[in-house]
Amino acid sequence: MTDPRLHDPGENPLLSVRDVTLAFGPKVIQHDLSFDVRRGSIFAVMGGSGCGKSTVLKSMIGLLRPALGSISVDGEDYWAGTEARRTEIGRRFGVLFQSGALWSALTVGENVALPLQMFTKLDEAAVSRVVRLKLGLVGMEDAIDQLPSELSGGMRKRAGLARALALDPDVLFFDEPSAGLDPITSSRLDDLILNLRDGLGATIVIVSHELPSLFAIADDGVFLDAQTRTAIAHGSPLSLRDTSPDPQVEAFMRRERPEALTAGKVP
Amino acid sequence: MEPTGPDAAPAWQLRRLNGRDVLVLAGDWIAQSGRIPEFPANALAGVAGGQAVALDVAGLGRWDSGLIEFLWDAERTATSAGIAIDSATLPASARTLLGLLPDRLAEPRPVTRRGFRPLNWLGGKTIALLSELGVLSMLLAMTAQGGVLAVAGRARMRAVDLLGNIRDAGPSALIIVSVVNFLIGAILAFVGAVQLRKFAADVYVANLVGLALVREMSAVMTAIVMAGRTGGAYAARIATMQGNEEIDALQVIGIPVADYILLPSILALVFTMPFLYLYGCLVGMLGGFTVSIAMLNITPAGYLLQTLDAVPLDQFVFGFLKCIAFAVLIGVTSCRIGLKAGRSAADVGVAATRAVVIGIVGVIALDAIFAVIADVVGI
Repeated sequence: MTDPRLHDPGENPLLSVRDVTLAFGPKVIQHDLSFDVRRGSIFAVMGGSGCGKSTVLKSMIGLLRPALGSISVDGEDYWAGTEARRTEIGRRFGVLFQSGALWSALTVGENVALPLQMFTKLDEAAVSRVVRLKLGLVGMEDAIDQLPSELSGGMRKRAGLARALALDPDVLFFDEPSAGLDPITSSRLDDLILNLRDGLGATIVIVSHELPSLFAIADDGVFLDAQTRTAIAHGSPLSLRDTSPDPQVEAFMRRERPEALTAGKVP
Repeated sequence: MEPTGPDAAPAWQLRRLNGRDVLVLAGDWIAQSGRIPEFPANALAGVAGGQAVALDVAGLGRWDSGLIEFLWDAERTATSAGIAIDSATLPASARTLLGLLPDRLAEPRPVTRRGFRPLNWLGGKTIALLSELGVLSMLLAMTAQGGVLAVAGRARMRAVDLLGNIRDAGPSALIIVSVVNFLIGAILAFVGAVQLRKFAADVYVANLVGLALVREMSAVMTAIVMAGRTGGAYAARIATMQGNEEIDALQVIGIPVADYILLPSILALVFTMPFLYLYGCLVGMLGGFTVSIAMLNITPAGYLLQTLDAVPLDQFVFGFLKCIAFAVLIGVTSCRIGLKAGRSAADVGVAATRAVVIGIVGVIALDAIFAVIADVVGI
């Protein structure tokens, strides 16, 4: 990266996950996960349905404490600190939830304004300028006074993205950004994500199983397996497709069923 | 990274250099500093139309979306004045972001403010009220029909749903119904004791407590508890189902909403409320009994005999029938409110509130009507 705002890219990772085990009570979702998210990269958490992708995301954004292991942000152990410290670090995060998760009682503009009103000292006029800018970036400036219930699925996602951008986050998390979107809308969203990464210099973590969008945007990633419940491959989606030694990963990336390769087993 | 000293204030200037207009930007442009200046609408007045304004960013320090905010303002002002801004000197990332933003904002839609037209308003309200009454009676008819079919064993209602609803509405409400009615009985006894003792008519406390509970208090209090507890729950549940498209799914599969949701809910209330009322009467009398024995010059046996004497059976029957009417009212209105609700979280809250308010007000209003009827009939 050549962006001046990214210091020593690739040297110390922005997010670092070490030997993390995630569990709900006795039920282990994923164990012994280790991976790094480089500054300015678009990092994909991949895997089939039900392998625990979204749970991994939850633990990274502070909604679920890992049973074991550590998650560090800029070298600081995120889950070791106090809750107040976690909230402070969390303010550097922006999260786009699967269906936008807009607050339904507020208009689109108020949704974007709320974090600014809570966490910055900006006056009302400045807040409304920031709101208009963030909505403009996602192409939603005309919907500022609409309620979430009046929006389509794709618009809700873009409004959710504008809200995630409100505080100029260092890291943006996306949970299944293309779920429920048509291919055109989805590829527009991919372009938007790429542009925002380049423009804002943000680091992006994306949870997805949509192959076209993974190939289009992600430049690094980790592949989670539902059977062994751990990471079985690391690298960009393209490299996993073309050079993965693991037949299962390769099959997923090529959209073939594993039995075509291993023959016999009924899934 | 640029040196991280204290922020230099963002500054801008429009200069004329070598026959070109140049917008000079300097300092740190951080959105959350709150110091991002606005681009005045008349700033480009001195620039000849059709010319491009160049940007000089040599003095630019740290920046984030704050700079984009300012540049977008400038760009929109320029576009409307027919002037171009040459952004070639900007950092590539800033150009990318500016590229995402539209050149102009849509004109805000004019707010059409219609004057207050009382006849219009009254007419609208009346029509809404009439159609709502129509829908309610239709629901009532459908429920009654379903109830008759259920008795004949031909309804498409599942017994398990009805039993589940009865359990939620009845046994689970016993504790709160007990507490409320016991205290009401005790309070009635207190109030009565203070007055009746003056006339040495202590024993008539039993009449007062018994009659008041059986005729009015127990039925109304139980109905209010049920409106808050069960009516609110019905409205919230049905509104949430609406939001999750569960109601749509039922309709597509061909399961009538009336049979699957409304009938068990309303029937559960109709079955349980009268019995909760009878139970409430007993508990309330126990409350009155406790206070009377403790405060007054009266024997336990005397209190019981006096109660039996004072409350004839037809009073119980009247209370019983009243409770069935309350149950139908609470069940039908709360289900209707749930079905009518919007699909968002806020709408679910509104539906639950409305169901409780309408339930309570409706029960009291209906009770007043019953009081008048009872007076006319002479019960």
